[in-house]
Amino acid sequence: MSLWEYANPVKFLALSARVQPWLWGGAGLCLVVGLVWGFFFTPDDFRQGSTVKIIYLHVPSALMAINAWFMMLVASLIWIIRRHHVSALAAKAAAPVGVVMTLIALFTGAIWGQPMWGTWWAWDPRLTSFLILFLFYLGYIALWEAIEDPDTAADLTSILCLVGTVFAVLSRYAVNFWNQGLHQGASLSLDKEENVADVFYFPLLVCIGGFVLLFLALVLYRTGTEIRVRRTRALMAREAGAARVEA
Amino acid sequence: MRALFLRDLALALRAGGGFGLGLAFFLIVVVLVPFSVGPEPALLARIAAGVLWLGALLACLLSLDRLLAVDFEDGALDLLATSPLPLEGIVAVKAAAHWVTTGLPLVLVAPVLGVLLNLPAAGYGVLVLSLGLGTPALSMIGAFGAALTVGIKRGGLLLSLLVLPLYVPTLIFGAEAARRAALGLEAGTPLLLLAGITAGVLACMPFAAGLVLRVNLR
Repeated sequence: MSLWEYANPVKFLALSARVQPWLWGGAGLCLVVGLVWGFFFTPDDFRQGSTVKIIYLHVPSALMAINAWFMMLVASLIWIIRRHHVSALAAKAAAPVGVVMTLIALFTGAIWGQPMWGTWWAWDPRLTSFLILFLFYLGYIALWEAIEDPDTAADLTSILCLVGTVFAVLSRYAVNFWNQGLHQGASLSLDKEENVADVFYFPLLVCIGGFVLLFLALVLYRTGTEIRVRRTRALMAREAGAARVEA
Repeated sequence: MRALFLRDLALALRAGGGFGLGLAFFLIVVVLVPFSVGPEPALLARIAAGVLWLGALLACLLSLDRLLAVDFEDGALDLLATSPLPLEGIVAVKAAAHWVTTGLPLVLVAPVLGVLLNLPAAGYGVLVLSLGLGTPALSMIGAFGAALTVGIKRGGLLLSLLVLPLYVPTLIFGAEAARRAALGLEAGTPLLLLAGITAGVLACMPFAAGLVLRVNLR
């Protein structure tokens, strides 16, 4: 029994059907609990007032925006090395989810920044590199859409994903060099010293858990859809071929 | 390899090759900037370095979709692929020819256009140096983008969408070096970083581009 057995679409779909209800349920539960707890049962910050509560959307979505790209990178590598179709389709399925996460992070950041920094947008390194990440996502999705042959598309997009990762990291440091930031340091880290206060910390963790589960559920669901689309196409091609033979 | 390089140069230089289009585009961009932001010399002096870098980058982008697509359509690329030359080498040579016909003229013309934009005297040397260091990377990254989109009909817009984000680090360091020099600041650090990026790109990108081209020629 190895992990690679799930490269078989049938087994993958069976597993994903078994796991998905738990993921959706867990995501719903975590998000409801985390957001309600965060929005209604934590105190207002003494300087930021209630705007601090946007952290429960902003931090998890930003985290998932980066991790979605990372997941695409891993899936692309698996496709390049082992050529499992499910992996390529999972990378394809994750990209739009990542885009939405990036947009949520950018928009919630803007909504928070307007009262706090007095501006919707600043050319701050973190904000700028997120915008660049968004552009990378757009290019990746556009390339998938533009190529008809699925295997060629999978090959080209996974190489783009690898090269894009290198350049996204480079851009991150270049942007740091280019402008000083307004954005505060990390909200969460393994060093306890830097973290947000405990009252905000625990509901935030629940929200992050909810976003992770939601991401997994969405990716599994979309991957399943992609697999079925491809299967339908294969069936239709076969029927068209059979009809031609009869005629 | 040399034959391929000379062939690409000749094709680009002769009629219909589009040589000079990039230069004309660069000139027009620079002429349009004062119309859009106003002619005050102080303002132009401040943004001149950035505008020249952006113009050079866009002019470079303009000719990318011809870099491989023409040879792909008439089948020359298939012939080249069956030659003993590795595809990585072919892409690198084509990028080099693209740089000589597009990047190099831009580097040479930039100081002249700098006069139009009232670039401070201290900035000229570093501007030329940074463009000279940066444009090879632009050509090589562009060759990777061209290899990605070579099989796609009307891939020009997609090519820009794919390539422009990859240009970000080069543009940041190049424009930053030129800007600092124009303001009389020390420009060594961004120049070194720019050189590092170019060296890395020239070393690694031919392999990525060759890989992609192999997929597209399959």
